Parts: sequence; C-alpha cells; structure tokens
Amino acid sequence: MGRITLEGVKKSFGAHDIIKGADLEIADGSFVVFVGPSGCGKTTLLRLIAGLEDVTGGRILIDGADVTAVPPAKRGLSMVFQSYALYPHMSVRGNIAFGLKMAGRPREEIARKVEGAAAILNLTPYLDRKPRELSGGQRQRVAIGRAIVREPKAFLFDEPLSNLDAALRVQMRLEVTRLQRQLDTTAIYVTHDQVEAMTMADRIVVLNAGRIEQYGTPLELYEHPANLFVAGFIGSPKMNFVGGRTAAALDATTIGVRPEHVAVNPGGADGATGLDWVGTVSVAEHLGSDTFLYVEVPEIGTITARGAGELGIKAGDSVRLRPDAARIHRFDANGNTISA
Amino acid sequence: MATQQTQTLGRMLLAPAVVLLLIWMIVPLAMTIYFSLLSYNLLNPGMERFVGLENFEYFLTDPAFLASLRNTLVLVGSVLVITIVLGVLVALLLDQAIVGRSIVRLMVIAPFFVMPTVSALVWKNLLMHPVSGLFAWIMSSLGMQPIDWFAEYPLFSIILIVAWQWLPFAALILLTALQSLDEEQKEAALMDGAGAFSTFFYITLPHLARPITVVILIETIFLLTVFAEIFVTTGGGPGLQTTNIAFLIYSQALIQYDVGSASAGGLVAVVIANILAFFLVRIVGRNLEA
Repeated sequence: MGRITLEGVKKSFGAHDIIKGADLEIADGSFVVFVGPSGCGKTTLLRLIAGLEDVTGGRILIDGADVTAVPPAKRGLSMVFQSYALYPHMSVRGNIAFGLKMAGRPREEIARKVEGAAAILNLTPYLDRKPRELSGGQRQRVAIGRAIVREPKAFLFDEPLSNLDAALRVQMRLEVTRLQRQLDTTAIYVTHDQVEAMTMADRIVVLNAGRIEQYGTPLELYEHPANLFVAGFIGSPKMNFVGGRTAAALDATTIGVRPEHVAVNPGGADGATGLDWVGTVSVAEHLGSDTFLYVEVPEIGTITARGAGELGIKAGDSVRLRPDAARIHRFDANGNTISA
Repeated sequence: MATQQTQTLGRMLLAPAVVLLLIWMIVPLAMTIYFSLLSYNLLNPGMERFVGLENFEYFLTDPAFLASLRNTLVLVGSVLVITIVLGVLVALLLDQAIVGRSIVRLMVIAPFFVMPTVSALVWKNLLMHPVSGLFAWIMSSLGMQPIDWFAEYPLFSIILIVAWQWLPFAALILLTALQSLDEEQKEAALMDGAGAFSTFFYITLPHLARPITVVILIETIFLLTVFAEIFVTTGGGPGLQTTNIAFLIYSQALIQYDVGSASAGGLVAVVIANILAFFLVRIVGRNLEA
C-alpha cells in the first residue's frame, strides 16, 4: 500500500517561498512524475515527502496516516538519489543490506532479500564489489536495489538518470518502468526531462515556481494543457504561440498550436480556417523520420512546423502553413486555457 | 605520463631536487655513521680513535635506553589516541552550524601556532605550577590538595602538553574531511533508518579512515622527536621518567659530551623510526590506496 496525500503543503526557506501550497493525491501503485524547469521546487517537494525537509505548513499523509512529523526512516519510503549516494566503503551487498541491518532484521532474512534484489537487478555477479568498481548503470542499479530491498510503501526517485549517457538513460528508463510495474509499488519520480516524464508516468505533476500547474495523465497534459506554461513545457519542439490580431479573431489573448499540427503547403483552397500563414524557412532540420521547419512569418513571428518524413524543403524556401483548426489551444489574458 | 618524451623530461626536471635532497640527507647521515664508530668525547678533544661498534654496545645496554624507548612509545601512543579521539569529536562539533563558527575554529586552531617552547613554559608556569598555577588554584579553591604535576605525573604532564599542541592539527584535518562527506550519503543513511550513532560508525568513521591515517603518520614522525617540551619542563626527570630517545641522545651529546655514543644513539633512533614507519604503513597505509 502506498497512497500519498498532500494537503496544502508549504515550504519556505527564510522569506523565500519554495512550495506555495501543494495539494496532491497519489494513488497506490501509480507512477507519478514531478516535472518542471530547474528551481521550480520539484526536488524540494520530493524531499518534503521523504521527510528530509520539514514542511512550513500543511500535512502529508501516507495511507491516510499523518506523517508530517514522522522521521524519514519511519515513513516507510525509500529514495534513489541523483548522485546514487552509495556508501563507498561498503560492498554492493553491504549497501543493499544496510537498511535491513539498521532495521535489525535477522541475518538469513537479510541475505535472502539481498540475493533476491540482486537477482532482479542483474547484480548477482557484483555483490562483493565496491561501488567504485562499478559502471554508472550498475551503480544506479545498486541504488535501486537499496531502495527495493526494504519493500517500501513508495519509491522516491530524485533525477536518478541525469548522470547517465543518453543510450543508457533510455535503457534504464525502461528498466525502472518495468520494475515499478513488476513490484506494483507507488513511485514518485522527479525529472526536468519532459520526455522521461511523458514516457514513464501514469500521471504527471507539472510544477512551476512552487505551484502545481497541472496534474494529469501524459496525454491529458498534451491534449488539454491547463495553461500557457504547461502547453509550452510539454511537447517537443515547443508549441507555437501567437498573439495579437490572429488570436483576437478567435476570441483569445494567445493561441497555441503544436508544430505537428501545422500542415506544410497544404492542398486545397486557401483559408479553410482563414488562418493560412505564408513565410520563409529560416532553418530546416532533417531528421529522416521528421522534418522540423522554422518559418519566419511576417507580423506573427517564428512558427515551428513538423512534417513527417522528408519534405524536400530547404532554408530560404517560401512555404504556406495551415494550423489544424481542431487542435488550436486558446488562452485568456491570465494564460489560462479557454475551454471550447 | 603518456609518452617516452614526457617521461624523460619529467625525470630530468626532477633530478636537481632529488640530487639536492640526497646530498642533504646523505652527508649528515654519513658523518653520523662515522662519528658513531669513534670514541669521541668533547672533554678530550684530539683523542678520537676508532672503536668499532663499542658505542652501539654501550648505548643499547644502557638501562636508560630501554626506559627512554618505553617513554617514547608511551608518549607517541598516548598523544595519538588523545588527539585522534578528541580530534574527531572536535571536528564533529565544528562541523555543526553554530553561531560564531569561524571564531571558534580560529581559537581551536590557535595552539598549533604556539611554539613548543612557549607552550611548555605556559603550561609549566601558568597552568601546572603547584603554587601559582591555574590548576593548583582551582584545586585549592575546591578545598583539595594541589597536584605537583611534573613531580607526581611527569610523563602524563608531558603527554598533556604535547596532545594539546597536536589536537588542532588532527581536528583541522578531520574537519576538512568531514566537510567533504557527501550530504546525500548522510541522507541516504537517514532514509535507511540509521540513527546518529549508526551514521557515525557506519558512514562517518569509514569516511575518516584515510585522514586519520594521514594524521597518524604525520604525528608519529613529529612525536618521535619531541624535545622542547621535555627540555623546558622536566629536563628528562625525575630520574629517567620523561626521557625519550631524542632527549637521551641530547643528554649523551651535550651533557656527557660523548659525541660517539650520541651518534650511535641517533642511528638507533633512525632504525627505530624506520621499523615503526614500516609497521605503520603496513597496518594503516592500506587506507591510502585509492
């Protein structure tokens, strides 16, 4: 079991408010990702849940029990740190066993659980090595092993993949997701990488400047962003935002359309939406599977468009762009989405 | 060093320093060996003659030698234990965020800047003096009999003074090591349910193993040659109770004017230091390997 509830959780360092009141309900067994730009408070929020920081206000509940004043070890959570924080002088076995040893479990139980965790994580051949003799990915797995062996109510991951190279990161991303499904334990995962967030999460919490901007499934966030910030943060390349007269024509202060929803040189008559833009390509990125065009449209600005496959368009070409009318997001003066 | 060329260059650049160091060491050592084989007393100048290993025989069979060897080992061992145990505790305290931390640190480090002679005089005359000392005043204000430190506990008094001088060194090195301990490791231990004592014994102390080794090695080198403190306070006495090897050699050379015997003693001290260093490196030097 691992249902985690935050009720108006606040955190300030001196006069500086880091978390400005977070309310959140994390269901048992779900994989929740905290995502946001650096300094948005996502790591602080995780540390508050872990108990490594004291809350300034509000309550934290685990399975309905108030743990706000409970010390970290008693909360039944385990954490994987960004630096892994392995104990350098202990073997892999010692590292994984440490939590159980501190809990005063019998020796044979510890041995059995450590072997079990090592088997799940393919660490069995390395049990007697020291952390410094392991590769980055193996250290990462030891850190995860240390977390799972205690059979916690929830795992807390603090940007655990940020120190790995790109290929290993993709692989570990899969492994972590698979492991979480297998163990069916609640997981909270902090990252600044929206691709990690989109691929791993059951639900995503988008944080900005100490506020929860939106909480929902990855596709909800993608298709129905609550406001300008979420719209701009989720999706790559970024959503195009257009203001001024174009937006006013649609009764909005700003409109947004994702690059993949902008058709390049569409056929048919001009102005099915009355929104066709003509501009000059300033940069064309050819990825093979996709083409990204950065188009300078007079009076509107740079519009990014994404076409599937190779479009055969190069910089300097003049193109006509047509946003998909059904996929236009409208925002009011406060940046909130105007529901259709 | 990657290439043949950089290796050769490295050796050539090192050569002058190595040669100079070698001369610096070899010449005095050779002279000591030469003197140790002579019957050479400053009271009878011009009467030097070759006596083989007789000086060594006299020095090693002298009852003062064993007593001073014992005193040396007790002194070195006790000071090491005191400075490291207290040093770890002081370092742990200084690592806490307290008000006026930088001033407290400065005061803790201060004894290290005091010359051994001066600190020995301060301890002898201001603190431990049986009549006018601070300790005596405290004892008598409590209605107790003041202790005549250098008469009743001479070696312990020396140990106290030397430990006081070396505590800052140990504390300082251990403090810098503590500050390099990864904060996330402590937090991981906290999440793993380790209390203050478990964190200290399982995380902090192993982290300090290497700096403790450094402190032991460096302090041993200097503590084997403690001299000023003894010279200023007890003069090796009462009897031989505070005579260590260094002081014994001094008394051979400059009290009995026996240069030959003193040189032999000096060589014995070199051998003892090497034996000690050998075992120390064997026992604790492992920690220095990466």
